[in-house]
Amino acid sequence: MPEQMVARQDSRETLSFYVTGLILLLVLPLLNVLTPEDSWLHLSDFRLNQFGKFLCFAILALGLDLIWGYCGVLSMGQGVFFGFGAYCMGMYLALQIGKESVYGSELPDFMVWTQVKELPFFWYPFKSFAGAFLGAILVPVLFATIFGFLAFRSRIKGVYFAIITQALAFAAWLVFNRNETRLGGTNGLTDFKQLLGYRLSDPSTQRGLYIITVLALGAAYLFCRWIVASRAGKVLIAIRDSESRVTFSGYTPWMYKLFVFVVSAGLAGLAGMLYVPQVGIITPAQIGVLPSLEVVIWVAVGGRGTLIGAILGAVAVNYGRSVLTNYFPEAWPFILGGLFVVVVTMFPDGLLGMIRKVTERKQTPAPVIKAEGRTAA
Amino acid sequence: MTDGGLILNCENVVMDYDGFKALNNCNFSVRYNELRVVIGPNGAGKTTLLDVICGKTKPTSGKILFGKGINLVGKNAEDITKLGVGRKFQAPSVYGNLSVWQNLDLSVKRASKGVFPTLIGRSSPAERVRIEETLETIGLSLHAHDRAGSLSHGQKQWLEIGMVILQEPSLLLVDEPVAGMSDKETEQTGRLLTSLSEKQAIVVIEHDMDFVRQIAKIVTVLAEGTVICEGTVETVQADDHVREIYLGRAKVAH
Repeated sequence: MPEQMVARQDSRETLSFYVTGLILLLVLPLLNVLTPEDSWLHLSDFRLNQFGKFLCFAILALGLDLIWGYCGVLSMGQGVFFGFGAYCMGMYLALQIGKESVYGSELPDFMVWTQVKELPFFWYPFKSFAGAFLGAILVPVLFATIFGFLAFRSRIKGVYFAIITQALAFAAWLVFNRNETRLGGTNGLTDFKQLLGYRLSDPSTQRGLYIITVLALGAAYLFCRWIVASRAGKVLIAIRDSESRVTFSGYTPWMYKLFVFVVSAGLAGLAGMLYVPQVGIITPAQIGVLPSLEVVIWVAVGGRGTLIGAILGAVAVNYGRSVLTNYFPEAWPFILGGLFVVVVTMFPDGLLGMIRKVTERKQTPAPVIKAEGRTAA
Repeated sequence: MTDGGLILNCENVVMDYDGFKALNNCNFSVRYNELRVVIGPNGAGKTTLLDVICGKTKPTSGKILFGKGINLVGKNAEDITKLGVGRKFQAPSVYGNLSVWQNLDLSVKRASKGVFPTLIGRSSPAERVRIEETLETIGLSLHAHDRAGSLSHGQKQWLEIGMVILQEPSLLLVDEPVAGMSDKETEQTGRLLTSLSEKQAIVVIEHDMDFVRQIAKIVTVLAEGTVICEGTVETVQADDHVREIYLGRAKVAH
């Protein structure tokens, strides 16, 4: 019976994947393009663009959910990997500005007023789009590999890992803030003009970026789902449940943690890369301790250990922010903090857990977590 | 598997915790396909003995020879598991958020348990048959797709035993398997362990003397980190030294 239940939940998830995918991929852009601006159905360029941003955050949240929701390892440094991806793409976009810049120099503006005469060597790979694309994924992946190897190999766990990743986020924020880092200091990188010849100010370019983001999110979701449904995905849950038992079943837990940490970093890099051209700016304020913590809140609110929950949480919290900051800009941090406390103490399974509870009230109690995937068949 | 050959031979094992010797020149050996019960008062070093064998803790000194003379001292727990030592912990230690089947599937002995083989690996038909057989052995066939966390205490203990069996160990270390079980569950566990000992050597730590009488052929008595007596249940219970330090204290009736 529970097997049927899992299968039912599985097929429901597949169905909601297609329905949501269809809405995001076709309905929203069509409402943007085809409806007249004064129609109540019309979705403005601004809203579509904003949605694109939320979906980037959803990709970031998926990564954290893999490592935290499934494997039980809380990383409070996801913003750093997001930042690496964002800055890699930002450097490419900054170089694409070319003579259109305020000072009419080939160099990005901030270099002109910080008196940098020549392009620093590490900017060279980002002259090409391919370099930026690869860098946005590989830089976070390589960094996470080294950092994760050192941390997990030395069996740093639980709250200690959370703290050192938070320290990492703080350190990254400090480094990116310095003018000497040659990444624009506090002001970051901005004023982008074009991407591969497409004008970023053009609504059709933004629509294209939005659609690419939807596709990237879909691919990221399917990739995560594949991991979670595999036997290795079960090992992740097993590590969360009883790490010592995993060792005595012949697995090496730290290697699994490293793997999933690296995957989450790659997803964060992808999210950052997609974020920059849509938002038009990246600054150190977007990669530090607070943004990293917010990702944790999104996942907790949406429902840990459920991939859909991570996506839902990222979109819902950010949409809530965009609405509420209009009315109560000062109160937002308190609302966010309050939300986190309420969810953690009263709804440990988050929004998705509540939805499942409501829809399955009449059936056998749902497995507390992780409905994805059956036994590795 | 010659009769009388040793699968495990601990020589002068010392486990020193800052001056407290949990194991003090402990010499302990087990033959192939033997079911050995280890008893002893609290703090005698029984669990520590299993810990040093399976690699959970590293002994201060001494040798632990396993199978054809492989020294386990200094090896890590994963490698010792792969060599064929299985460990069942005292508190049931199963993966509560996975199904019973998934718990067993993860435990099956496989050529590689690295990340990538595990990511793409699928259970072979032979493995599925083995899992089903094990489910039958441990009496959980009807619960195959239940969450392990929802099982009763006794069922969790059996599940963990099943997980260890699927690792195909040649030596099974079992720590107080019947603690907290009902009489009926205790008896079933006894039959399970006895039937398993036809295929592998088993070391069981136990407090429950009725249970010890049910399963034991040879009993080892441990006190203050050393073996003080070894023999049949009757011999051990007749031994004055044992009566003095163990049976006397624990007040176990005959």
